[in-house]
Amino acid sequence: MTPPASTPLPVTDFLKIPEGGEPYLEGQKCKACGAVFLGARGVCSKCGARGQIEAVRLSDRGTLYVYSIVHRSFPGVAVPYVSAVVDLEGGGTVKGNLIGIAPDPAKIRMGMPVRVVFRDALGRKDKEGNSYLSYFFEPA
Amino acid sequence: MESRNDGREALVVGVSMTAFARHEDRAVEELGEEAARAALADAGIDAADVEVAFCGHVFQGITAGQRALSRAGIAGAPVINVENACASGSTAFHQAVAAVRGGSAKIALALGLEKMGRGAIPADPGDVRLSARAGVPLMPGMFAEVFRAHSRRYGTTLEQIAMVSVKNRSHAVANPRAHFRAPITVEDVLRARPVADPLTVLMCCPTSSGAAAAVVVSADVARQRCKPIAVAASVLCSDRPGPGDDPLYMIVDINTRAAARAYQQAGIGPDDLDVIELHDCFAIAEVIHYENLGLCPRGEGGKFAAAGASRIGGKVAVSTSGGLLSKGHPLGATGVAQVVEVVEQLRGESGARQVANARVGLTHCQGFGGAAAVHVLTV
Ligand SMILES: [Zn+2]
Repeated sequence: MTPPASTPLPVTDFLKIPEGGEPYLEGQKCKACGAVFLGARGVCSKCGARGQIEAVRLSDRGTLYVYSIVHRSFPGVAVPYVSAVVDLEGGGTVKGNLIGIAPDPAKIRMGMPVRVVFRDALGRKDKEGNSYLSYFFEPA
Repeated sequence: MESRNDGREALVVGVSMTAFARHEDRAVEELGEEAARAALADAGIDAADVEVAFCGHVFQGITAGQRALSRAGIAGAPVINVENACASGSTAFHQAVAAVRGGSAKIALALGLEKMGRGAIPADPGDVRLSARAGVPLMPGMFAEVFRAHSRRYGTTLEQIAMVSVKNRSHAVANPRAHFRAPITVEDVLRARPVADPLTVLMCCPTSSGAAAAVVVSADVARQRCKPIAVAASVLCSDRPGPGDDPLYMIVDINTRAAARAYQQAGIGPDDLDVIELHDCFAIAEVIHYENLGLCPRGEGGKFAAAGASRIGGKVAVSTSGGLLSKGHPLGATGVAQVVEVVEQLRGESGARQVANARVGLTHCQGFGGAAAVHVLTV
């Protein structure tokens, strides 16, 4: 059995953890039309340009586009939690959990400013004992 | 590319489905057998004459189609198992149509079946990646965000989508095969248990079990049967990579493309439709599909529902069976069950929920992350 990694692993491919640096979210930007996507691709999903996609560091600031307060989830996942879609400054739309706010529609405002924060993935470990670093949104 | 209408004509001459329910005491093979036998009896076709069968299912294990169909007397003929998420049944029907249009079979069978457990879809709770990122695989949360996005952009209200749940339930009252049949009010829907705020349990389809089957034949075989229903369009589209996580993209792009191609193939437009079964997995989905299918302008689906335009007796009758919301949604069976409902409507056999003078019908089904299917059926 492989021993667990000594440092947390990213929960997703677009979360980058540079050695000795701060974690950040990475987007894929089309040099032809400026559209920003998550996840590697060879062809722009907006304008169809080929070979024009470059990796960019996404902003850690954005605004809340839409959200849901999830009351029913998989076994073992604490509910309720706030699932959110955030538009980042400078491009990129990212889905993640909104933390640091009550799961109450009266407290959450669409369009509110948020920042991206990086935390341990809810303290959970996988079968090999690896811990994970995740990204969350917090009211800014 | 979808099979084209310039090939041979394909017609539906036999349909049947089991009731959609929990079916806790019945095996999925038994459900499939019941639907297949009854569809063949409806067509007046012997099981031994079926040349090819396609079976749509998602979680029923390897060769579930053979297990069910051998019990129904289809033994030895090729059986092809089809998986395309929630569009698995529609894909099986699409393939049966393609086999007849292409001339490789004169008699083809489409079967859809699924036996589902209660509650949340099974997942490994130890997978931190699943639980630490927000509800990526959780459909109710995703559709709650779809609702908020549609609401932000177009002003769609919770009351408007609650009216879709009420309308579909009112249709299911007259459908003995529907999973949930007790009438409900807008108040009931709004006050029901929250699943993913602001969606309540009555705005989400239930997990059900069941099976449905349709017999598709060539014109020369159909001539000897009564009331054949013609397949005027059979379209299957796949997703293309989207712009990030826009919640509306995945429910607009693929379905709008599939509908446009189906109208082109059938040579009709949305105003020609009398009856529609669409993929109302959530009440907000039905509203957006009105727009995708061109029944109303973009953004006006909520108003279309609130005006009563989509109920039986309205501009076009949508989800006459009760839809996924009330009839139930056994994943693989759903697409074929939609064909069953529309064929019966076009034959005038729908009893208390019959749409008057129904001549042109449409089915629409979406398998998230992959596929959308649209079929146009005509008398
Ligand atoms: Zn581009």
